[in-house]
Amino acid sequence: MNLVPFLISGVSIGGQYALIAVGYTLVYGILRLINFAHSDVFMVAGLVMVYMTTSLPMQYALPIVVVATVALGFIIERVAYKPLRTAPRMSLMISAIGVSYLIQNLAYYLTGGLAKPVTNLIPWISDTITIFGQVTKRVTVITPILTVLIVIGLVALIKNTKIGLGMRAAARDFEAAQLMGIKINGVISFTFIVGSFLASIGAMLYFTNFPSVAIGSGGMPGLNAFVAAVFGGIGSIPGAVVGAFIIGICQELIKGLGASAFSDAFTFVLLIIILCVKPTGLFGEKTIDKV
Amino acid sequence: MSKILSIKDLQIRYGGIEAVKGISFDVEEGKIVTLIGANGAGKSSTLRTISGLVKPASGSINFMGEDLVGKDQAAIVKAGITLVPEGRRIFPDLTVLENLKAGAYLRKDKAEINKDLEWVYELFPRLKERHWQLGGTLSGGEQQMLAVGRALMSRPKVMMMDEPSLGLAPLVVQGIFDIIKTINDQGVTILLIEQNANMALKIADDAYVMETGKITKSGSGLELLNDESIKEAYLGKKK
Repeated sequence: MNLVPFLISGVSIGGQYALIAVGYTLVYGILRLINFAHSDVFMVAGLVMVYMTTSLPMQYALPIVVVATVALGFIIERVAYKPLRTAPRMSLMISAIGVSYLIQNLAYYLTGGLAKPVTNLIPWISDTITIFGQVTKRVTVITPILTVLIVIGLVALIKNTKIGLGMRAAARDFEAAQLMGIKINGVISFTFIVGSFLASIGAMLYFTNFPSVAIGSGGMPGLNAFVAAVFGGIGSIPGAVVGAFIIGICQELIKGLGASAFSDAFTFVLLIIILCVKPTGLFGEKTIDKV
Repeated sequence: MSKILSIKDLQIRYGGIEAVKGISFDVEEGKIVTLIGANGAGKSSTLRTISGLVKPASGSINFMGEDLVGKDQAAIVKAGITLVPEGRRIFPDLTVLENLKAGAYLRKDKAEINKDLEWVYELFPRLKERHWQLGGTLSGGEQQMLAVGRALMSRPKVMMMDEPSLGLAPLVVQGIFDIIKTINDQGVTILLIEQNANMALKIADDAYVMETGKITKSGSGLELLNDESIKEAYLGKKK
């Protein structure tokens, strides 16, 4: 049996999941919130891509996708999460679920509930190439490379820049961070902007390999990415990336072994096992108890 | 001596509870001023309000001719007031050096920041030795040093300290108070709140006693140290 093509596409899907998973993990790290709307932001990025690429030249369409997605993430935080800064975490979670459905309903209104076919493909990355004797689209190879580069850049940003220091300080202690003069709202907005930016890149890569975008298109990749983030240890960026690649590769190999129907089920079995055996995930937060 | 910080009729409420009931006091430039009092007297609330974490119900906080009420924490740190919070609140998963850099978050003068970093290392050589360690791995006394060092990195004119002796061994507490004196000698005005009234009054130039949201007594540190009622209430003297 030849598993190579499945391995290749698994690595690629892992990269796509990683770009979404980092968005979950970043927001969780700072707000302790599972941002349920994140997968819908991803779906909107796909829809915007379909609409823009059919009406504008590529060089304008793609930047618009990024800007629109980032703006959406920023607005969601300002409107639905910021007013709840001092509210119990449960309220924040309910608000996130509400935003998720709101976006899906708005998308339903916009699309009439029909799946929008991806017709105008992004050139170059959708060319067909041959790798390890397998014929595939170039995007399959580009995705994991681009993902790793982006994540390395992101980690460097968080480690070495002032806003990164602010993020790490605020993630641990809002009040102490404020006493340093760190503006919490600015740091949180920045976090959502970065998360949405990654989701927009992920969406463009994902939907290039996909026939159409529907209002529920964000659901499954979003869930898989969320499980990847939990698997890797939510709050940890390397954890989210490693988790995403493991899940992507395993899912595709399961398909390769002829059990396609179980590939998504595998994700959730993995989630249950992880939560039972190692609830903090592979790279879960170090807890330093000394006060 | 000029007043650097002047509090007038400050009222603080949490929901319906009045934590601070209209207090007024002054902090003179270059001095060590202490607020002493029991738990729940409103000392911490007062400092938290000055630093902008809590909004007062009424009253004014005048710092070098400028009213601070309604300004955000960043503006207040920038103006030159910093708070070393109760329980130290260092960032446990940042290194010692990163904690100190976080203290200088609003500053852009790189050369001056490095100078102040050397100054903090001079005050606390232990922090220099451990600059690469995670803050959370330090001992309690070292964490208090880090909290003070971090506050100094904003180059404050007034450093407020909330219970710096809390949970530390007596010998370590003595060390912390020596450092407070040294920092004050180098020109930083100190506003200190303490339950360890004995230590606080010994180093304070001016002192105020707070009881259930009001200032009930004031005087020099020495005066209050020898005041019979204070001795009974706070210094553990038997009748």
